[in-house]
Amino acid sequence: MKINITVNGNNTQADVEPRTLLVNYIREHLGLTATNIGCDTSSCGACTVHLNGESVKSCTVLAVQADGASVTTVEGLATNGVMHPMQESFMQNHGLQCGYCTPGMVMAAISLLNENANPTEQEVRIGLEGNLCRCTGYHNIVQSVLACAGKK
Amino acid sequence: MIPAPFDYKRASSAAEAISLISEYGQDAKFLAGGHSLLPLMKLRLASPAVLIDIARITDLSYIKDAGDHIAIGALTRHHDVEYSSVLKQHVPLLAHAAGFVGDPQIRHRGTIGGSIAHADPASDLPATTLALGATYVVQGPNGTREIAASNFYKGFLESDLAEDEMLTEIRIPKMNGAGWSFQKFNRRAQDWAIVGVAAWRRGTESGVALVNMDSTPVLATSVSAAIASGSSIADASQQAAAQAHPSDDNNATAQYRTHLAKVLVRRALETASA
Repeated sequence: MKINITVNGNNTQADVEPRTLLVNYIREHLGLTATNIGCDTSSCGACTVHLNGESVKSCTVLAVQADGASVTTVEGLATNGVMHPMQESFMQNHGLQCGYCTPGMVMAAISLLNENANPTEQEVRIGLEGNLCRCTGYHNIVQSVLACAGKK
Repeated sequence: MIPAPFDYKRASSAAEAISLISEYGQDAKFLAGGHSLLPLMKLRLASPAVLIDIARITDLSYIKDAGDHIAIGALTRHHDVEYSSVLKQHVPLLAHAAGFVGDPQIRHRGTIGGSIAHADPASDLPATTLALGATYVVQGPNGTREIAASNFYKGFLESDLAEDEMLTEIRIPKMNGAGWSFQKFNRRAQDWAIVGVAAWRRGTESGVALVNMDSTPVLATSVSAAIASGSSIADASQQAAAQAHPSDDNNATAQYRTHLAKVLVRRALETASA
């Protein structure tokens, strides 16, 4: 099936099998490999991207479902080489250890602040419940999000 | 993991969706948010030959004040239920419970109609709408019919929906100031409930339903009968599992589930009565 998806502001087109997952479209058809596949069962959140501005798990969305939509991956966050404030905040607060969950964490965190610009620490923890860090580096991840919201 | 191959059809109206499902019959499944179906397909626990994508039927995504009840389009996402000011005002139990479905990413995709039509007894919204005395509106080739939530769930992942019918609307009576509580007991943040309880109370009137206590969501009518006859919350909650047939699994034994149901019903009714 022919699909058109705007990815990081660029129009992309392909003829894909209906069973192609959005994450495979992003990684394999477009070569944007920052978005990771972790559990592949919509639990871990490593594959989180924005679909029309909201966080989704791209391992559980078909590419054909995203036909006509706008997708943002972590590669699309920087503007003219300047990192997104959330990326900068993760760097300044050491919000990562091995880094595998980080692209998904950053995308989930931006979506979280879009819906609640002024969260409490507890709201950040609950808001990131769909993203697992197997280094268990949650403390600095939460600090990164709070710092980005201007609360630290 | 990638699902087995299937044909993909897209419906732009309920009538088109029903026409397509009538054409393909039991080889086809409706695809809404896909957050129950796609994981099953990836694990090869389901392999429909045809998926009929109904997510673009935008006129089935709404939350409307309809006088004595709130009407919710079947394709309304959990996220929109959770944040609806209409529901927060008139059916706060449902808005609250929707915020416990999965995690934020899942709530951005999953729909209330998909969750109900999937009829998973471990899901939060089938039991919550059952407790609230919801009516489900379904559309088939010969028009629409209404099904009481209490008559909808027939078995594990089985509902009263015929092969060629589609759930289109959920009608929930307004709570009119009733107290309420949603209790979800699980081990990890985004897990399914080991046992869950949705409850509301207004004086001697109440509605209590259980998550994951049987092959279907369970309306705990014995609890409501006890409350109506003047029993204390402590006594009424002892009736929590009277209608339920819980099973053992990796998370809990049936005996433990029965204990949990009594504790959670007591907590729910205490909150709903405060």
